[in-house]
Amino acid sequence: MSKTVMEHADASEVFNRDEPYVNWHDETLWFVRQKRDKSSKQLPEWEQLREAASGIKHYVLSHLDELLISFEQKAKENGVQVHWAANAAEHNEIVLGLLKKHKIDKMVKSKSMLTEECHMNEFLQKNGIEVIDTDLGERIVQLRNEPPSHIVLPAIHLKKKDIGDLFHEHLGTDAGATDPQYLTEAARQHLRDKFLTRRAALTGVNFAVAETGSFVVSTNEGNADMGAHLADIHIACMGFEKIIPKQEHLGVFLRLLARSATGQPITTYSSHFKKPREGQEMHIVIVDNGRSTQLGRKDFRNSLKCIRCGACMNTCPVYRRSGGHSYHNAVAGPIGSILAPNLDMTKNADLPFASTLCGSCSNVCPVKIDIHDQLYKWRQVLAKEGYVPKSKEIGIRAMSTVLAAPRFYQWSGRLGRTVMRAMPFMVNNALNPWYKQRDMPEPPKESFRDWYVRNRKN
Amino acid sequence: MSSRDNILAKIRQNKPEEVALPAVTTFASNFENTEDKFREMLSLIYTEVIVVKNLEELAQKAEELYGKVVNRATTIPALSAWADFSLNVSDPHELETVEIAIVQAEFGVAENGAVWVSDQYLPHRVLPFITQNLAFVIPRNALVDNMHEAYVRLQDTLGWGCFIAGPSKTADIEQSLVIGAHGARSMVIFLLEGE
Repeated sequence: MSKTVMEHADASEVFNRDEPYVNWHDETLWFVRQKRDKSSKQLPEWEQLREAASGIKHYVLSHLDELLISFEQKAKENGVQVHWAANAAEHNEIVLGLLKKHKIDKMVKSKSMLTEECHMNEFLQKNGIEVIDTDLGERIVQLRNEPPSHIVLPAIHLKKKDIGDLFHEHLGTDAGATDPQYLTEAARQHLRDKFLTRRAALTGVNFAVAETGSFVVSTNEGNADMGAHLADIHIACMGFEKIIPKQEHLGVFLRLLARSATGQPITTYSSHFKKPREGQEMHIVIVDNGRSTQLGRKDFRNSLKCIRCGACMNTCPVYRRSGGHSYHNAVAGPIGSILAPNLDMTKNADLPFASTLCGSCSNVCPVKIDIHDQLYKWRQVLAKEGYVPKSKEIGIRAMSTVLAAPRFYQWSGRLGRTVMRAMPFMVNNALNPWYKQRDMPEPPKESFRDWYVRNRKN
Repeated sequence: MSSRDNILAKIRQNKPEEVALPAVTTFASNFENTEDKFREMLSLIYTEVIVVKNLEELAQKAEELYGKVVNRATTIPALSAWADFSLNVSDPHELETVEIAIVQAEFGVAENGAVWVSDQYLPHRVLPFITQNLAFVIPRNALVDNMHEAYVRLQDTLGWGCFIAGPSKTADIEQSLVIGAHGARSMVIFLLEGE
């Protein structure tokens, strides 16, 4: 991520230049959101499940240390080696160290947003390790040298023609071929060869169970299992908030996860790893990387309840119309915008402003994170600590002057309406950010106040 | 101080005030007919459910469906003569040519069509993933309504276990559903009567 990072608003502007494309992106994600709605409504206990999940995660946050210690102890008893990493750099070094110890220079990886957050692939590649992402969507964006644009649907920003061209170049598929069935088959053959020849596999972790020392990895493609069960060494990387107290709690979370993510009642594979298979080494890397700091932020700690379903992205009117890459963070969308400022306030000060605060994210969140409230609170923290860009600050100042003086407010409103009627070009121009990709509304003849004053007399 | 102790110390310092676990974390589904629901959910994920009266009928159905396939593997003793691929290999990579695996599994979950399979039933963990086609055999009476019941039944996993719901799939190319991503391309579930 050493490239110059564009702010969310600027990146969105670029994204919005192609209107049919933006409409397609918007509709595709909304369709996923609708599948989530349909699926969740099949369960009369849906709201109670969300409540239970949120409550369990609240318990987790208040007992994190004990749960992690219990998990570590059980995992060790199960023959799994446990590592702890304070930050991204330490995580990456641990993984590299394990590979070097086994003289391995090629590894398959299934989806892990944590390794994206740590920029692990770049680090390993610099150290001579080839990493192949095996989730189809992730392999697609990897071949394009891009990060995923969505945590569940990594290539959701691409059209099948883009993928057809990409596969023609890299996998030798027919020129111009765009049939998803054909392209997927080509990827299956290409990746099967990798699964069969790589001695190390890295996976993410969806849930780690303190009571048993086991962890669950969910996929639809089967790539985590193909990698892990064929490799000599399986490395599983987890942010420490993935811990849950008991195995029975998986019942709550697995019922919510896929329904919230894609509308499926469960992912095809929910794999429960507890002990390495005979002759195999299994490692777990538990990562902090800012999470313990977020835990101490009273207003923002609930963000650590996240189970990475992506529902908040699919529903977000801003995400749908600006695309995941505009967020310049491993986790995009509303949840990413409350996680990112904790990691780096300077770099991510724009993200909490990439929201209309409509609250749709909080409404669909399976663990009931108050996402839109946190976005609002981050804005205040960022402004107070001087991270808000000057242009925004001037606007906010002018706004507070106007709103603090009723007479001035009435006069400004009248002036604004007159200007918009008489000289529409004054607002319908490129200098007005509200005019970008939108038409300005027809100005009303009078304000509500004027109308009220006039009509009350009658 | 090690990273481990540092992280734990920081967590202790920053964690919120203690709260208790929620009182209710399991729910009943009470489907009218558990098997019907199981079938319905599996039909949505391209999986056929076939009831067989006994092992003879299972063998007969297996022959009907997969008789012409080469590299048939199974964990069901009654089908071992029919299988032409031995699972008695030391390296799981050798399973790469398996075309159909007919595997005993423990139970099914009606709300999502998932089947639980584990080390207890498999000589190689990779078998249900590496095989081109997969069939599970579970006792007809081994169905639970939902995941809460599933975890009551599943007191502990041995070394490894997995809920598998249908064939492998992906929709990563423009959200078009494609069956057969990395794992099995097709799935059949035999419900075996008796026992």
